Amino acid sequence: MFRDISLYSTKPHPVARAFFGLATLAMTSVLIAVFLTTEQAEPTLRSMVQGAMSTSGVENPVTAVLLNFRGYDTLLEVAVLMIVATAMLPPAAPGPITRSLPAMTVDPMLAGIVRWLVPMAIITSGYLLWIGAFSPGGAFQAGSILAAAGILMLVAGHHEFSFNSIGARALLVLGLGTFLLVAIGVAMATGVMLQYPIARAAALILVIESAATISIGLSLLMFYGSVARLTVARSER
Amino acid sequence: MIELGFDVLLVAVIVLVSWLTLMGAHLLRSIVLFICLGLFVTVAWVRLGGIDVAIAEAAIGAGITGAILLAALRQLQNEPTDHSRGKTDKDGQDVS
Repeated sequence: MFRDISLYSTKPHPVARAFFGLATLAMTSVLIAVFLTTEQAEPTLRSMVQGAMSTSGVENPVTAVLLNFRGYDTLLEVAVLMIVATAMLPPAAPGPITRSLPAMTVDPMLAGIVRWLVPMAIITSGYLLWIGAFSPGGAFQAGSILAAAGILMLVAGHHEFSFNSIGARALLVLGLGTFLLVAIGVAMATGVMLQYPIARAAALILVIESAATISIGLSLLMFYGSVARLTVARSER
Repeated sequence: MIELGFDVLLVAVIVLVSWLTLMGAHLLRSIVLFICLGLFVTVAWVRLGGIDVAIAEAAIGAGITGAILLAALRQLQNEPTDHSRGKTDKDGQDVS
C-alpha cells in the first residue's frame, strides 16, 4: 500500500490490510460521533486565565500562560531544544561564526531575493517577538522566521556558518541560560522560582523571549545545516 | 452555513492532500504536497482559534520541515556517489 521504505519489507496480506483499514475507519467514525454528540463543557480554564491576566504583565493570554503561569514547562521545552542542539553539533573544527564565500553556483534570483528578504525577515521576527505580549506571536514564531531567513542565506551559498564556534555555542546557550538566570533571580527576590514580581513581569518576559528567539532560530538553522550536510567542510560534502 | 461548508471543504482537502502525500509516486511530489498540507493545516488552526499555533505551523511545519525534507531528499539522491562516509553493505555492516 505504502511505498517500500526498506529492502526487506513485504506487502501485508490483503485480508489484513482490509481489516485494519476498516478498523481505522470505524475508530475514526466513533471518535467523530462522540465529539459531535457530547455537550460542550463550560471552559473554566479560560475564565481562570482571564481573571489572572492583570497579574501576568502581558495582554495575550497565550503568552501569559506560556511564559508566566506555566513558565516551568517552557523552561523545560527550551532545555530540551538545547539538548537536541547539543546532540546535533557538527564535528567540524571551530572557526569564525560566519564566513563569506564566493558562491560556487551563482543564482542571481536567489542572491537578489536574499538581499531583500533577510532584512525583512529580521524586522518581521522582531515584530512578532514584540507583539507577542499583545497579540498572537511570541518567541517560537519569531525564532522560526529567523531560522527560515538563515536557511535562505545558507542555500544561496554566499555565507557559511560555523555552528561549532564559540560565538555560535554562546548563542545556542543564551536562551536557556537567560531563562535560568531569570528564574533564579526572581526566586531570590520573591522566594518562589519563576514567580515574577508583578511590576517587572512584562520586562522579564520580554528578556526571556528575546534570548529564546535567538537560541531557537540558531537551533532550527543548525538542524537544517546538519541535514543538508552544510556543517562539514566543502571538500567533504 | 457558509462557515460549515468551508470547514467541511477544508477537512476534505486536508484528508485528500495527506492521502496524496502518502500515495505519491515521486518523493519530490510528496514533499511539495506535504508543504501544501502544512498550509492547509495552518488555515485549520486559524479556524479553531489558535492563531499562535497557526503562525508556528506555517513557519516550522510548512517552512522549515519542508526545507529539511528537501535537503534530506537531495542527500538520498546523492548517496550512490557519496564518498565521504564509510562504506556499508546493504545490511548496514561497515565494510570500508
